[in-house]
Amino acid sequence: MDLTTRYLGLNLAHPIVLGASPLVDRLDLVKRLEDAGAAAIVMHSLFEEQILLEQRATIHHMHSVAEAHAEALSYFPATDDYHLGPEEYLLQIHRIKSTVDIPVVASLNGATGHGWVEYARAMAQAGADALELNLYYMATDLTRSGQSLEDHIVEVVASVKDAVRIPVSCKLSPFYSSLSNLAARLDQAGVDGLVLFNRFYQPDIDVEALEVIPKLALSDSSELLLRLRWLAVLSGRVRANLACSGGVHTALDVVKAVMSGAHATQVVSAVLHKGPDAITKMVKDLKQWLEDHEYESVKQMQGSMSLLRCPDPAAFERANYTRILHTWRV
Amino acid sequence: MNPTWITVDGNEATALVAHRTNEVIAIYPITPSSNMGEHADEWSAKGKKNLWGVVPDVTEMQSEAGAIGAVHGALQTGALSTTFTASQGLLLMIPNLYKIAGELTPFCMHVAARTVATHALSIFGDHSDVMACRQTGVMLLSSASVQEAHDFALIGQAATLRSRIPVMHFFDGFRTSHEVAKIAALDDDDLRAMLPDELIAAHRSRALTPDAPQVRGTAQNPDVFFQAREACNGYYDAAPGIVQQVMDQFAIRTGRAYHLFDYHGAPQATRVIVIMGSGGETVVRTVDALNARGANVGVLRVRLYRPFDANALMAALPASVTDIAVLDRTKEPGAPAEPMYLDVITALHEASAAGTLKFAKMPRVIGGRYGLSSKEFTPAMVSAVYDALAAEKPLTHFTVGIMDDVTRLSLPIDPAFDIEPTDETRAVFFGLGADGTVGANKNTIKIIGEETPNYAQGYFVYDSKKSGAVTISHLRFGPREIRAPYLVTQANFVGCHQFVFLEKYDVLAYAAPGSVFLLNSPFDAATVWDELPREVQAQIIEKQIKFYVIDGYAVGQANGMGTRINTIMQTCFFAISGVLPREEAIEHIKHSIEKTYGKRGPEVVQRNFAAVDDTLAHLQLVTVPGAVSSTRTRPPMVAPAAPDFVQRVTSVMLSNQGDLLPVSAFPIDGTWPTGTAQWEKRNIAQEIPVWDASICIQCNKCALVCPHAAIRAKVFPPEQAAGAPATFKHVPFKGNDFKGLEYALQVAPEDCTGCALCVAMCPAKDKSNPKHKAIDMVAQAPLREPERDNYAFFLDIPDIDREHVKLDVKGTQFIRPLFEYSGACSGCGETPYVKLLTQMFGDRLLIANATGCSSIYGGNLPTTPYTTDACGRGPAWANSLFEDNAEFGLGFRLAVDHQEQYARVLLATLAAHLPLQLVEALQQADQSNDAGIRQQRERVVALRSALAGIDRPEATSLSLLADALVKKSVWIVGGDGWAYDIGYGGLDHVMASGRNVNILVLDTEVYSNTGGQASKATPRAAAAKFAMAGKPGPKKDLGLMAMAYGNVYVASIAFGAKDAQTVKAFAEAEAHPGPSVIIAFSHCIAHGYDLALGIEQQKLAVETGYWPMFRYDPSADERGTPRLVLDAAAPKGDVGKYMRNETRFRLVEQQDPRRFAQLLTEAQHDVNRRWALYHELAHPSTTPPSSSDKH
Repeated sequence: MDLTTRYLGLNLAHPIVLGASPLVDRLDLVKRLEDAGAAAIVMHSLFEEQILLEQRATIHHMHSVAEAHAEALSYFPATDDYHLGPEEYLLQIHRIKSTVDIPVVASLNGATGHGWVEYARAMAQAGADALELNLYYMATDLTRSGQSLEDHIVEVVASVKDAVRIPVSCKLSPFYSSLSNLAARLDQAGVDGLVLFNRFYQPDIDVEALEVIPKLALSDSSELLLRLRWLAVLSGRVRANLACSGGVHTALDVVKAVMSGAHATQVVSAVLHKGPDAITKMVKDLKQWLEDHEYESVKQMQGSMSLLRCPDPAAFERANYTRILHTWRV
Repeated sequence: MNPTWITVDGNEATALVAHRTNEVIAIYPITPSSNMGEHADEWSAKGKKNLWGVVPDVTEMQSEAGAIGAVHGALQTGALSTTFTASQGLLLMIPNLYKIAGELTPFCMHVAARTVATHALSIFGDHSDVMACRQTGVMLLSSASVQEAHDFALIGQAATLRSRIPVMHFFDGFRTSHEVAKIAALDDDDLRAMLPDELIAAHRSRALTPDAPQVRGTAQNPDVFFQAREACNGYYDAAPGIVQQVMDQFAIRTGRAYHLFDYHGAPQATRVIVIMGSGGETVVRTVDALNARGANVGVLRVRLYRPFDANALMAALPASVTDIAVLDRTKEPGAPAEPMYLDVITALHEASAAGTLKFAKMPRVIGGRYGLSSKEFTPAMVSAVYDALAAEKPLTHFTVGIMDDVTRLSLPIDPAFDIEPTDETRAVFFGLGADGTVGANKNTIKIIGEETPNYAQGYFVYDSKKSGAVTISHLRFGPREIRAPYLVTQANFVGCHQFVFLEKYDVLAYAAPGSVFLLNSPFDAATVWDELPREVQAQIIEKQIKFYVIDGYAVGQANGMGTRINTIMQTCFFAISGVLPREEAIEHIKHSIEKTYGKRGPEVVQRNFAAVDDTLAHLQLVTVPGAVSSTRTRPPMVAPAAPDFVQRVTSVMLSNQGDLLPVSAFPIDGTWPTGTAQWEKRNIAQEIPVWDASICIQCNKCALVCPHAAIRAKVFPPEQAAGAPATFKHVPFKGNDFKGLEYALQVAPEDCTGCALCVAMCPAKDKSNPKHKAIDMVAQAPLREPERDNYAFFLDIPDIDREHVKLDVKGTQFIRPLFEYSGACSGCGETPYVKLLTQMFGDRLLIANATGCSSIYGGNLPTTPYTTDACGRGPAWANSLFEDNAEFGLGFRLAVDHQEQYARVLLATLAAHLPLQLVEALQQADQSNDAGIRQQRERVVALRSALAGIDRPEATSLSLLADALVKKSVWIVGGDGWAYDIGYGGLDHVMASGRNVNILVLDTEVYSNTGGQASKATPRAAAAKFAMAGKPGPKKDLGLMAMAYGNVYVASIAFGAKDAQTVKAFAEAEAHPGPSVIIAFSHCIAHGYDLALGIEQQKLAVETGYWPMFRYDPSADERGTPRLVLDAAAPKGDVGKYMRNETRFRLVEQQDPRRFAQLLTEAQHDVNRRWALYHELAHPSTTPPSSSDKH
């Protein structure tokens, strides 16, 4: 059975990739994930904003209390040998590359134009096989239009593409007025892959304490449906590869995503729940499913249920809504 | 060869040599020497090697006694070893100095000489500590400047290896240790040339080794000790000569020549001053000036004080000398005179007796004390000494630098005497600790020192406060070596970085005529004049000062710098002063910004660059009008209502004029009045809390957490509100306790430091707008006056009778705090505990306070925060030492108990003459609560009245002692450095004593006061000085150790996590009849986060199990309940969640994430293991076999 797929110009043994997660911080886990059969590894994002905040905070807390009292000219050891920049992240790319043979995709969430380009370049130099740009903005600014935000995203992708030679994907949120149009513009800007979709902290509210509580729940298969629809919508209509991220927990989820148009699927919650063996099982089950259903390869079914190719394309559009409502009434 | 020029302070200059020339360094932090050890530790941590290619092993010990013990051991086993210390620390080393000297062991230690505590502690410099070692047998080698400290560190090391006599190299604490100066650096070749391998080999050959065993440290008896002690004499006889040889060798190599006694001045001088230390530099400068004006004077500078080479002294003095003044920087009460004076007298008389006196007649010798506790020693004072020498009948023993109007020993000084060179630039900068002024000035000195041919000098004066501290920087630059170890008084440039200082201090008193004044001002050049106080306007006009303004905060704000205006003001200084061409100066400033922040924050560098570039466009020259126009004068430092002592003494000190106070102004024994902090209105808060009574649930938690007692609650009858100011807020009390009374929550607007802990603690939110709480922070300036009136009105409302309040969180906060407005850091995590202590037991409280933060904010003048209640009672507080505090407090208890016992004996003796009922009531009084104590006090009044009619000596004695029949509460307070490290032996013994003392450990997990050195309370994974890479071991479990005694009450508390448990622990500790220990989690600026979040962090600390909360009560046995009660739920979540919020842990992660991850895993294990153990102790799963089962 040919499980291989090609994603971001990389030849993958199969479409099941470890998505962005903290698991990559531990090299022993990374090795176990490779042994478990992960086709590639996406690192968690390097957040430029966090680096900037950390720089400001550390310098503030160390310097604002210094040179103020005769007995204590400082309160912290005078070490210069600490890093408030991306050094550790870059080093980890290097370490992972030295530990495993599978492709490693670095992930970046920039905050400044300079940051996007410089950090992307540094990640490429550190050995990343590809780059995933984690483009997410909470559009809280009342004066900022959707258009200007999308323009900015396209600009970022274009500038990163200019700066590095490795493939660049873009991880998007589903919350755009016209995701299809944005995808097309990114495609034109040269993006090599689109990852659908980002998952975010969803703040909850403590009604007793009147406080906002940041929360990030792990995904389940129910989240897959949103991805399937948009994979189907974009599949075959953009040059960029597609990846499904969020809600992939079983081999069947992988099958659905690939049929909808995904070249790769990113798995995180399943691994966090069940450990690296979850990937082994999914690969095994995928192979079994394909054999049971007499497929020759993964490529054979890739995009088979997309908007372009599925027998009932309207099902991905308005009719879908209508039918569900209708069913409900029955 | 041209030397490399470096700009360093005296401590660094010394450590630069000591680190390269030693192998084992054992230290313990003590001001002002701490930085030497810190530098050594930093360099070793960074892998910097010594001359022999190995990284020196730097070890922090539990005390100076421990440090010298380790050094002694290292020396005995063949290592080159050193230590750094000062003052009390040096005194703790004395026993070992005798040993090391007695064993003729090469060893050069370095001392930043500091005042030994007597009537008061002082962190500043004099020779009282080193003089206390002059009998130990070590050589005393004195350096007088930063350059000399660098040089003598090497000369000392070379001399000890050659002579085998240990060397104590010392220099003046602060004046030299903290002065930043440009010096010629000694390179490794210089060091190697002075330290021949054969001498080091000789030292090693004497090492203890089982391969060639020897015995040292025998006990000797009367038959031989004496002779054996004399056996070393030859070495001491030879030592001065060896030191001179080393100095000569050093001179050949470096061109800097030193002698055992260095004479400077007229070759035929008649009047000579003999002096040691930095003061000699001042005398040299003055001698040159006086001789240039026609005088015929000289100075003899003492370099090697022990062994004292009388012949060398005589040889160095010109034969023309007729009058000698010996100046000692120490005081020996009761001695015929100070030590160096006596040594000179002895030398002269022995020479005379031997017939070798070179003078026509025996010179007249007078002796004086100067410079105690870094008292300024200026050319005017030197001149006064020469004047005294010229007098027909001078005072034989005098003081100089103060006005002694009691014993009249002081010399008169001409304040107009001035010898400042004209080719020197002098600058004075007033700044806030937090605005970075000192850092920028150090930087300026470095730029000028290292980028121009000029010499540079900087010295920095800090005030006593830890929040809103004022700094004054004194800078000198010039083409010639700067030999002026005294403050600038006639500055060519005065910078004032805070506008409000003009209302508090006479800033322009430092300005020379025709000088420049740069003011950071919210007002521009067109409007600033009208905002200046009258005195400032007058000085500007009178001294023809060129006046510039810049709104540094606006420039800072616009460039994302917040309140850090250091680089902005520095740019102005360079632009105006013209020390360097503007562009060049800016380039250097930028380079130093990059050096400071570059590795850590390119974005911070960019912000600074932008601020620097933006500065000059905002710098404005003010057109000075011809006449004074302001009607505003500088307000008085304290209110007219302040008591006489505060008016006469405290206010003068607050105005930075304490030097002018005469001897008669002071108590003779260091005793100081309490309650003086209330008169200093600091007004340092930008924002203060404002109360919304409509939301408030009247929980009083805000008052509990306030570190400065600046927000308070009261309940009072409605009629008390009559005549209240219009904006005074009060509402009916909610609840039944005080039904019918009014409730008010009031801020002290001028005492609040704006930390916002109260707001963080406030649980009452507006339901429609939860951002708004019952207290919110609001700009102080518009509220200052109305709230000042409100606060005054509030204070005048009588306090509620303490017998009527429950001793819980809410109730305690209706009791007047007797610890207020201290100089602690804004947001301090310690002071809320201290304040609570005074509320719960203040009227009967005796506090023994270990040296450290709590003794500094508790008793560092000018003001005293402990105060009294309406009856005049309040905490009696004393600080003995750092190391002995538990014992000191136990002494309180022993005395109190003994006096009570004696009073009871007298009462029994006189019982027949007194009303029986009264005697019985006094003897059997239940004083377990406030009512019982009040009743006993009333009985004591009745007793005294009854005793008045009894004509027996016992009656007089009992009348004097009767207060001893009233319960006293003894509390022993200190930080973790004391309790876990230096004072642990005593603490342990006091716990074991079983006596009724209460020990409060304010645990910040680090030596906070001396600047963040690791203690045994420092947790695993935290970065601290001496644990730069993160402490590898766990925090010592002091609570568990205390519990092991079984009879000690132990509590581990965190007010931010559970304030009710804190109050309960205090009450239970006080009630426990034996020893009690409370370990109180105290957030601290040394943890590295915004302390407004201290409450949140405390909660997280407890929630994650980082900080255990428990109470262990031996008396629980009587109630049949478990002794150990865990007051927190099982740890929840990852301890990293707590740690990652604090810079002390983040630094470790930023240095080495993998190591941090490992330490974090271990720290989590610590938490889990400790919880399991405590849980087991609190809920024993099995019953251990009884002792009878074993037989």
